[in-house]
Amino acid sequence: MTDVSQARKQSSASARGEGFDLAKLLLEGRAFFALIVIIVVFSILSPYYLSVANFLTMASHVAIFGILAVGMLLVILNGGIDLSVGSTLGLAGVVAGFLMQGVTLTWLGVVLYPPVWVVAVIACMLGAGVGLINGVLIARFKVPAFVATLGVMYMARGLALLMTSGLTYNNLGGKPELGNTGFDALGFNRLFGVPTGVVVLVVIALIGSIVLNRTAFGRWLYASGGNERAAELSGVPVKTVQVSVYVLSGICAAIAGLILSSQLTSAGPTAGTTYELTAIAAVVIGGAALTGGRGNIRGTLLGAFVIGFLSDGLVIIGISSYWQTVFTGAVIVLAVLLNAVQYRRRSKLPASTGGQPTSQQRGKAEPANPAQGKTAR
Amino acid sequence: MIPAADTAPANGDAVLSARNIVMSYGGVHALKGVNFDIHRGKVTTLFGENGAGKSTLMKILSGVVTPTSGDIVLDGNLVSFSSSSDARDRGISIIHQELSLAPNLSVRDNIFMGRELRTRTGLDFAEESRQARALMADLEEDIDPMTLVEDLRLGQQQIVEIARALSVDSRILIMDEPTSALSATEVEVLFKVIRDLTSRGVSIVYISHHLEEALQITDYAVVLRDGAITATAEARDIDLEWIVRNMVGENFDLGSPPTGHAFGEVALSIEDVSVIDASGSGYSVVDHLSLDVRAGEIVCIYGLMGAGRTELLEAVAGRMPMAGGRALLEGEDVSRLSIAQRIAKGLVLVPEDRQRDGLVQTMTVGRNLSLASIEAFAKGLFLSRSRERELVEDSIRKVTVKTAGGNAMIGSLSGGNQQKVVIGKMLTTNPKVILLDEPSRGIDVGAKAEVFRLLSERAAQGLAVVFSTSEVNECLSIAHRIVVMRRGRISAEFGASATKEQIMAASGEAVVA
Repeated sequence: MTDVSQARKQSSASARGEGFDLAKLLLEGRAFFALIVIIVVFSILSPYYLSVANFLTMASHVAIFGILAVGMLLVILNGGIDLSVGSTLGLAGVVAGFLMQGVTLTWLGVVLYPPVWVVAVIACMLGAGVGLINGVLIARFKVPAFVATLGVMYMARGLALLMTSGLTYNNLGGKPELGNTGFDALGFNRLFGVPTGVVVLVVIALIGSIVLNRTAFGRWLYASGGNERAAELSGVPVKTVQVSVYVLSGICAAIAGLILSSQLTSAGPTAGTTYELTAIAAVVIGGAALTGGRGNIRGTLLGAFVIGFLSDGLVIIGISSYWQTVFTGAVIVLAVLLNAVQYRRRSKLPASTGGQPTSQQRGKAEPANPAQGKTAR
Repeated sequence: MIPAADTAPANGDAVLSARNIVMSYGGVHALKGVNFDIHRGKVTTLFGENGAGKSTLMKILSGVVTPTSGDIVLDGNLVSFSSSSDARDRGISIIHQELSLAPNLSVRDNIFMGRELRTRTGLDFAEESRQARALMADLEEDIDPMTLVEDLRLGQQQIVEIARALSVDSRILIMDEPTSALSATEVEVLFKVIRDLTSRGVSIVYISHHLEEALQITDYAVVLRDGAITATAEARDIDLEWIVRNMVGENFDLGSPPTGHAFGEVALSIEDVSVIDASGSGYSVVDHLSLDVRAGEIVCIYGLMGAGRTELLEAVAGRMPMAGGRALLEGEDVSRLSIAQRIAKGLVLVPEDRQRDGLVQTMTVGRNLSLASIEAFAKGLFLSRSRERELVEDSIRKVTVKTAGGNAMIGSLSGGNQQKVVIGKMLTTNPKVILLDEPSRGIDVGAKAEVFRLLSERAAQGLAVVFSTSEVNECLSIAHRIVVMRRGRISAEFGASATKEQIMAASGEAVVA
């Protein structure tokens, strides 16, 4: 028996030898390599794919998912999930559309036409409000994140449908004499040739990256996602962090809603349906762990681009939308499989000493998975 | 005292034997070549301190875990168990120390869990109920088989656990701390059942921290220390003193109380603190307890599992709510403050379970070390990487963490070094009072000595140190004062010159005349 275990040790040691570096590189950079493969394959299959114009169009599609995904990443890093972002996106768009039509204050007998920047701020505050509801339900009332955001998802969608009776606001242009023009600037227009949505995505990603890597909040988020109990005992305000990530995710959803309605020049109550799933997929493809504590902005952006460039490519080469769905699903499953491989490797490499024998010997409550370490909510 | 290597008796009456069992978790050897015999139709008791490897050995003999190396001999034949149900099919069952019941199911369903009685069309509930009722009658316990386990008190749950093991008609029954939650009458009944079983030829392995109680029932005594058998004897030849001597062994020098500094003012004052059990049973795990600790003083809290040590420390640190009383830090009431505020004031806790409560496994050594003192390297809104690096390097040096550097993953460290990171993380906040819950749990003796040296150094600089332990030797190392907890209260206080026997007697572990 000793021989067997020694042989096993040797074989696993050699498996980690030099020859494994390429595999490791491919594994850790998988989202990046997947994106390159997608670009190369579609460039070969279609002459229209590889062009600046097409890339900018695709990027403006990616912007919506990318912004949602950055917000989703914060939530997932915390070990949660936010299913309400698609509905929040729709609701924010509808509220913006409603405000652009003018607000009639009957008791004053006036119609208010707020300028576009006010509309945008109100929409973002609305998104923050939806996120706050999620956060309070989850952090304060211990509702499981999945259920809380599922409920809020339905409520937000229902409110959006109620506000318009299911109809769509098609006139978002505003009038110069009312001083409320400029909704186009939020997503439809281009800044130095780049769609505004893409610019916004870049700005949000940069801010997100700085927050995650250079601020105390970022450190708190990684710590409480990695092990909430340890973080709390180290003085991390875990509840505040938890509420904040949902608020930030709600704001990201509202921004995406504004950009999408500007791109489409219309605000419909069903906009953004199932977008939350795409955002989760982007985060997962980007290598984040759904158990929390692992993931970064770079990976998430790559994930969003992989999904966006793949589905647009499939449209360009004329594959049926049913097949697109199948392909997207396959990519997600593959990504999760590779995540599992990566994290298993990482947890195997260090010799996990100490904790295991103690809990075995002393029979104290043993965490189901020390690496996970979060209490059930 | 018989050395481990010589204790391989080829006894004809051994029904189940362990031969040269080695069990390693990572680099830690929980069992180092153990030979252990279970005598046919007798009670064999395994004695040993927490962490000696008793439960690990029992888990191996009952097929719960597979040993790293070594053989198991059943009735003279070499066997290997693929699972606990494989072992159960061969007539070996185990009553685990930690209850393994499903609280949401009834007593009957728990007893027959995994081996439900079947009729042609489904389950034979009537027969299951009848057998469950009979088992309860045997154990003289008035529990209806349809009661949900979560509605039973802890002792009754333990009875159900015992009933489940009895229901399989095993030839070998392993009881790992079966009496920890039982009343004296219930223990009497259990002993009656045990005698009845042995008279029918069932072999029993018994493990208990209540040494006297175990000595009453056992036929053979085996002592395990640090993963090796240190002594075996027949019960009629031995006494409590023999057991304690072999369990505790010679002192490894873990240091002595630091001298040469005067104690300061009272740093931590625990006043009349009560804590209600978190499981909602309404039972007070800490019962109107008061304790003062002065700056520069090292206090050891000794107690058995369930004495309330963890709950006391967690309540003082803000992790568990206090049901009554208050905690004062340098005269200021901190009972209403959050954990973060208490850390800022200088009151910190190093938790018992470092994997679950101490470390963030997804982060590096450095980020774990700096987690509790982020303010110290924040510059306005942003964190200063250079200042963090200084802080981490300084911390690694001070607590002597053996690591490739701050950027190494925390999982790459040994248990002792991981523990140093958890302690170092809290020391980096420059506390006035540090509470450590079993700081030596699961670390080797060298790392233990280093941890204790670190604590005595800091105490000499004026830090008030309170640490809990369930190993007597550790109380008799650096502590100026030893406080023994029993059932949520302080049962005795000793100076550094106390004896092992005094301490163990006060904890309820053994009453040695």
